[in-house]
Amino acid sequence: MTRATAEQSGLRELARAALPPALTFVIVVALWEGAVRGFAVPRFLVPPPSDVLMAGWTERATLAGALFTTAQGAGLGFLLSVSVGTSVGLLFSLSRWLERGLYPYALFLQTVPIVAVAPLLVLWFGPGLRAVAVSAFIVSVFPIIANTLAGLRSVDPRLSDLFRLYGATLSDAVLKLRLPSAIPSMMTGLKVASGLSVIGAIVGEFVAGFSEGNAGLGITVLSAYRQLRTDLLFAAVLLASLLGLSLFALVSSLSTLLLRRLRSPG
Amino acid sequence: MLQDIDLVIEAGSFVALLGPSGCGKSTLLRFISGLDSPASGSIVLSPGANEAEPDQRTRLAFVFQDAQLLPWRSVLDNVALPLELQGSSRAEARDRARGPLAEVELSDVLERFPDQLSGGMRMRVSIARALVTQPSVLLLDEPFAALDELTRQRLDERLRRLWQTRRMTVIFVTHALAEAAFLAERALVMSRRPGRIVLDHVLRLPEVRSLELRTNQDFVAETGLLYQALQQYGALDDAWPVVSRSGA
Repeated sequence: MTRATAEQSGLRELARAALPPALTFVIVVALWEGAVRGFAVPRFLVPPPSDVLMAGWTERATLAGALFTTAQGAGLGFLLSVSVGTSVGLLFSLSRWLERGLYPYALFLQTVPIVAVAPLLVLWFGPGLRAVAVSAFIVSVFPIIANTLAGLRSVDPRLSDLFRLYGATLSDAVLKLRLPSAIPSMMTGLKVASGLSVIGAIVGEFVAGFSEGNAGLGITVLSAYRQLRTDLLFAAVLLASLLGLSLFALVSSLSTLLLRRLRSPG
Repeated sequence: MLQDIDLVIEAGSFVALLGPSGCGKSTLLRFISGLDSPASGSIVLSPGANEAEPDQRTRLAFVFQDAQLLPWRSVLDNVALPLELQGSSRAEARDRARGPLAEVELSDVLERFPDQLSGGMRMRVSIARALVTQPSVLLLDEPFAALDELTRQRLDERLRRLWQTRRMTVIFVTHALAEAAFLAERALVMSRRPGRIVLDHVLRLPEVRSLELRTNQDFVAETGLLYQALQQYGALDDAWPVVSRSGA
């Protein structure tokens, strides 16, 4: 295949992947705009997309600052989740005792209603970035623990036999067999956690987001709601999900790169 | 699973272990390798004529069904792995891995990855990985069962030649009669569960065996002998009924 045709087929591939969702977007936005105007729905209930776009443009300075603040909280929480979750998963895989003793409490992090715990976080960490990051961490850490553990446990038993036969040390078994085998599963955990960390950050901001000067998207949503500025509220919500999507896309492409380098399936 | 197994295998011999699925062939192999221990009884590995006291862990090698390579390691790094695990530096291990890879004629694909190789090539990498520690005992558990017949015959021939140059003890588990007869000096047939050895037979076949041997009269006779033993003791009770009845 020549380079030109390879590029062409690459473009065609992209078009095939991107066209259906783009088309869906255009149709939904058009229907939404038409329905709101056609049925004269009050704008404080459902604003038409054009209003949302306008609000996003006029409040762009506020929204950009809020986006940056939320991204910081979510990013920090996510990084914390990755380091803690991976280490805890690894520790659990090394000791059944530790796993049995602590796994139920790790599961507690997954099931605890974060909205109810958020006030505690303000008490402990003070309002602002730290409490928000911890909230993002609590929501996103469990999928990383669970997937790391599952991955480390999914090693082919014959390969474990092979390592045993040659008298491999524990660190060899972990570094040369278990961790590489676990990477596809760990990447799944990271992808799930990336989206959750944004949710955790927004919820954290609802309660803990007031700190001098920089308020996140959660605060923008709250204040827009109090002023019945539904168009701005929509714009903030859309930005928050865009943030989650970009974090997910970032982690996904990193994981694809890594998996390709490692030649692992998945 | 296994019962009354009393077996002496000469150092440097090539033994084929035959039997129906689930009879305990693989279990016996795992006992010999030390990966599992029998509930009662023992396995003793004595040193060969010109060998120092053997260290079980370093003198044994195991080839599994399906090549069982690490997908994230290149061919060369896969073969270097056992040496790395035994404490060699990566550079030294990679260097020493080239020899066995040349023996299985894979010197031109050293930096390829397992997913870029055919099934037969992957199995050759697996054999090279087993040879890299210079084992005095090589255990193979139905290594070629998943490969097509022609690839399998070529690998059989290659393995036989490797054994002739290296003269390590080889214990080869298979359920294919012709493969056992072609490869081994001695064939052991096991019964269905609980596995016992029902035939211990020294094959009367030439030392040098080529692909043409498979159509030779003696070869057919030896294979027939193994078949009879397997048929008599190995057929499972719930196997497909031989006589079909009319009606429902």
